[in-house]
Amino acid sequence: MLRPLRDMFKPEDHPRLLVGLEVSDDAAIYQITDETAVIQTVDFFPPVVDDPYDYGAVAAANAMSDVYAMGGEVALVLNIAGFPPQVPKEMIGEVLRGAGEKVREAGAVVAGGHTVEIAEPLYGMAVMGLVHPQRVLTKAAAHPGDVLLLTKPLGVGMVTTALKGDVADPAHVAEAVASMKRLNRLASQLVQRAGGIAACTDITGFGLLGHGYEMAEKSGVQLRFRFSRLPFVAGAIQYANDWLFPAGTCRNEACYRPKTTFEGVEEEMQMLLFTPETSGGLLVAAPPDRAKALLARFAEEGQDVWAIGEVAEGAGIVVEA
Amino acid sequence: MVVEKVDARGLPCPQPVILTRRALQTCDALVTLVDNETAQQNVTRMAERAGCTVRAERTAEGICLHIAKAAADQSPAAAVAQPVAASPAAGAGPLALVVGSEFMGRGEDAELGSILIRAFFHTLGEVTPQPDVIVFFNSGVKLVVEGSPVLPDLLALRDGGIEILACGTCLGQFGLKDKVAVGVISNMYAIAEAMLGAAKVVQL
Repeated sequence: MLRPLRDMFKPEDHPRLLVGLEVSDDAAIYQITDETAVIQTVDFFPPVVDDPYDYGAVAAANAMSDVYAMGGEVALVLNIAGFPPQVPKEMIGEVLRGAGEKVREAGAVVAGGHTVEIAEPLYGMAVMGLVHPQRVLTKAAAHPGDVLLLTKPLGVGMVTTALKGDVADPAHVAEAVASMKRLNRLASQLVQRAGGIAACTDITGFGLLGHGYEMAEKSGVQLRFRFSRLPFVAGAIQYANDWLFPAGTCRNEACYRPKTTFEGVEEEMQMLLFTPETSGGLLVAAPPDRAKALLARFAEEGQDVWAIGEVAEGAGIVVEA
Repeated sequence: MVVEKVDARGLPCPQPVILTRRALQTCDALVTLVDNETAQQNVTRMAERAGCTVRAERTAEGICLHIAKAAADQSPAAAVAQPVAASPAAGAGPLALVVGSEFMGRGEDAELGSILIRAFFHTLGEVTPQPDVIVFFNSGVKLVVEGSPVLPDLLALRDGGIEILACGTCLGQFGLKDKVAVGVISNMYAIAEAMLGAAKVVQL
């Protein structure tokens, strides 16, 4: 989609842009000084849950996640909103409150924004973060032998789709919403504190296999996931067995099935892994000794983490049973 | 036998699946009407996994998915449908085009074979009847990858609603799995099913 822009902006004319043109990642990075680089990202989407407060909180956690995936801290946020005229002011207020509280939790500030009238609600944020230019976490740093860690369960996309179809169990929705609202901040900080090089990305619209493939491709390696080790939110497997996949699953499947080899994984479970996630966790690749230390640190801090596979020589993705 | 009809046109996924599942609880055969390929794929795969047979038919209204529970195969309706499906002249049921070579015809002149196959796919969009599915195997899979001389025509045919299957084993053999530019990488089960389930198979 960005192809027309490639000829317009030459990397050599913008040496301070560390990530964005020829190297793309979760967000753009622009170096200001030797010590400081700006992380810039934007994200918005239509409501994924019924409650306006939760919608705002999920959208905020999702928008800020790109900054955490790059190893930074969020500094400044601007709202991007569009609502139909008949939506009550109080409801819009709840969306902004849900998002605002997440931004406050992130130690950042909402400094304004822009709202328009449109047919379908849309909410999200332009997010500015900061990172040391030498401490950027990219997708391109995975090496054969690395262990793959995941910091949130998968499958929230199945629950939100079932919710849209009015067939979701409220208990499943509550668990999925709680997971989507959780910031990736602590997980990112723990990876940063562990030091050394680690590859990192967040799992969102392209699902585990799509974002995993980006990491494999940019690092020139193969990612091998073990299906039996993958964590899922309650209900995800059930809705997958009922074949309640959103259209996005098929789009991702068309894109990434050619890059993926499944070994003994049921078709429904394959589709589950192609399903888009919203505000998913971080996928981290780290050498075995550092991964072991990370698992211990995550446990001490009460932060979820699962070792879900390893990095090998080769290309593409392999999912074993 | 009651054949129920589910009109799922204009509904986003997974609505067509939910409505079809619901209907299947109360009847043995039904027609689900959808208006896009994603919904078609989702409903078809769900129904097949649930042990149903699915036959797609393109009509002016949209894509009609004729779904029947496996046990319902012995029903009078299926028995009546069978002779029709067995007669290629009747044109009822899917038409499969199979392409087992990157060249058309069996002459020794590869260049001629290549010219012919380009002309064939270039013309295919304008002839009737259109195939419902095109299956590529053996060196035929070279036609669905990046740089294929017939790629623009295949993309147009796919966008016109024709299903394109490419043999995964063959792509692997030629080291082309990463280069597929149109169609679905498929296994022998799906390919055999597409060929044997067709009312008429045309081999190129």
